[in-house]
Amino acid sequence: MPYKGKLGELAKKVEASRASRVGVEFPRMTMDERNDVLRNFHPDYNEDGFRELKVGVNKGSRLTNEMADIFESWSLLRDVDFDLTAKPDYDVDVLIIGGGGAGASAALEAHAAGTKVMIATKLRFGDANTMMAQGGIQAADKENDTPAIHYLDVVGGGRFENIPELARALVMDAPLVIKWLEEMGTMFDKKEDGTMITIHGGGTSRKRMHAARDYTGAEIMRTLRDEVLNKGIEVVEFTAAVELILDQHGRAAGAVLQNLETEQYMFARAKTVIIATGGSGRLHYRGFPTSNHYGATADGLVIGYRAGAKAIYADSIQYHPTGGAYPPQLLGLLVTEKTRGLGATPLNINAEQFVYHLETRDVASAAIIRECEERGLGVPLPTGITAVWLDSPIIDLIHGEGTVERQLPAMLRQFQRFGVDIRKEPMLIYPTLHYQNGGLLIDENGLSTVEHLYVAGEAAGGIHGTNRLMGNSLLDIIVFGRRAGRHAAAASQDLSLPEGLNMGHLDVFHQELEATGAADHRVGPMLLPHYTHR
Amino acid sequence: MSDDIKMVDIYVMGKRYTVPETLTIMDGMEYAGYQLKRGCGCRAGFCGACATVYRMAGDYELKVGLACQTKVEDGMYLAQIPFFPGRKATFDLEEIKPSVAHFAQLYPEVYRCLGCSSCTKVCPQDIDVMQYIAYIQRGDFEKAADLSFDCLMCGLCVSRCPANIVHYNAALTARRLYSRYVAKPDAYLAERTRAIEEGKLDAEIDELVRSEVDKLKELYANRDIE
Repeated sequence: MPYKGKLGELAKKVEASRASRVGVEFPRMTMDERNDVLRNFHPDYNEDGFRELKVGVNKGSRLTNEMADIFESWSLLRDVDFDLTAKPDYDVDVLIIGGGGAGASAALEAHAAGTKVMIATKLRFGDANTMMAQGGIQAADKENDTPAIHYLDVVGGGRFENIPELARALVMDAPLVIKWLEEMGTMFDKKEDGTMITIHGGGTSRKRMHAARDYTGAEIMRTLRDEVLNKGIEVVEFTAAVELILDQHGRAAGAVLQNLETEQYMFARAKTVIIATGGSGRLHYRGFPTSNHYGATADGLVIGYRAGAKAIYADSIQYHPTGGAYPPQLLGLLVTEKTRGLGATPLNINAEQFVYHLETRDVASAAIIRECEERGLGVPLPTGITAVWLDSPIIDLIHGEGTVERQLPAMLRQFQRFGVDIRKEPMLIYPTLHYQNGGLLIDENGLSTVEHLYVAGEAAGGIHGTNRLMGNSLLDIIVFGRRAGRHAAAASQDLSLPEGLNMGHLDVFHQELEATGAADHRVGPMLLPHYTHR
Repeated sequence: MSDDIKMVDIYVMGKRYTVPETLTIMDGMEYAGYQLKRGCGCRAGFCGACATVYRMAGDYELKVGLACQTKVEDGMYLAQIPFFPGRKATFDLEEIKPSVAHFAQLYPEVYRCLGCSSCTKVCPQDIDVMQYIAYIQRGDFEKAADLSFDCLMCGLCVSRCPANIVHYNAALTARRLYSRYVAKPDAYLAERTRAIEEGKLDAEIDELVRSEVDKLKELYANRDIE
């Protein structure tokens, strides 16, 4: 028994009431109730965490303090003499920055279009949040579902702030993406006759969540990566982009790269550039733990912003309601939403349900924070924080013994490693930083507000409004990765080699920093989080 | 760090550091002052970047684990294996079939397995690696795909194999072959993608795209839920 003393007694309460809770539906919140709990308890609405940006194209708009800190920072190249008239270290049509699901998808499409492509990625190819996405990928490919029904879920979940054309592209491409992945040999959960097995996610009105057990993102990433390698596309690992390079007309034309191991600077010349660098959970907004990959430090946003790309909803952060809270080694780790999708319910200290188990992520997170902070009904942990239960053993009661083992092998293994058998014992959870809802503004082709600069994946903004639904991120990275790859390739084919390579935008940005005193001594992008001697 | 947390000694590549016992190996290395570049990825047991070999003081047995998924212990001697130069065969999925003949061209070493079970013993995911290699050998790609599915491609199996098999790449190829050719395609999915490509679903969605927010809110609040 991993839960000892007082905690053990509380876990027994959960066990005692379990059978009586099977089949009992907790009511969903009304729109008013949802708005109320969000306004009062969601961290996005707590103004202490935000400040007004002093520099750049979004000057005057609100941003989290942590992201504002790196947006308002000096270039790493501020005191570096860099000769852009020298022969480029890499010379390509399409430069893709970031080797996650969006970057890999973009690379495959740009390569298929016949252009010379390269991926520069900060860590290993495939080291990305994509790899960690567990629960699934949405697509309206059942008879009782249509892209229009999916659209309504997307914009309702997104608080009606999504850019309509982007949400449209997302849902209309979704079945095409599933087909693309199926033909690439992605191992989706299927019935004997080939029918995809799909379930609900938070905020879905149809069962359209496709999964590959609870390794969905990993399965997609390793398939895409394998295919990129099969095609012989050049992938340069442990190489971060530290600045964008523009041409004489102010259009994207490459990037300055840094070999993270030798710290040597190089540069790539490219006709078009795709930023696919992912999110920013490792900025640890408001001190929250995060479910994000080690590399999620918003680098692409920082260098894109300096080059003049406009950001949208960059102040909107998704807190995943079910982050691991205990044992301490699991703090912040994502407990897949599929756990709730299969029927696991959040419970307070009295083993009572306090929120419908499939509310959207923002609402569920706010409800958990309310239960712990306002109502004082959280479960106090030996580590000094409070949490709520997520009753995972109820899954086997609902769907039959063996369901957890079959459907949630990763979760089972992860908790087992630290002494919790989630088939028998409930999990302890608290919201964790999960996703950057906004990012750099794109159009439906993935083009940013800077010419020849594309953005795809979590780094892009506008698709999900201010709250993304489960299963729409794995979808988004592939939809917009492919679109960006195709359009960047097509644009490249009409372009001659860029001329007059420069980083004049840095001089302008630095002058602004100088004038406002906004940057203090900070430099960026962050590239790696610092956890030494904490 | 509060006083009631016990400290333990770990030896990173032979060098001793004293760290809190509640930490994972990865956290322990960072606590000790390492700024990780290699050997650190998702920090959640999905990416296989942090394969680690360790031995307890006084013991001879080598153990393995993912640094992000294994707690430090007193007297742990450890080294990471962040990269292993395993070979990947390249192929065109449309040109190959799930057959022993095709597989033997891509990964002939698979058929030289000595049956020593070193791969299975070393797997941090507790996968019966040798068994899925056996399934591949006899062309049972369905079983190989199923059994190898939880593989993180950390490479520890390859590091111990006397026959130089690159298990994780062979398994990935087997899963792709199974998913492409053995598992049936979803029939309705094909129908749906055709309808989208032919523009048959445009009118319905375009009406929503053009709708005012108030109208969308009303539709959303009243949508029926499966």
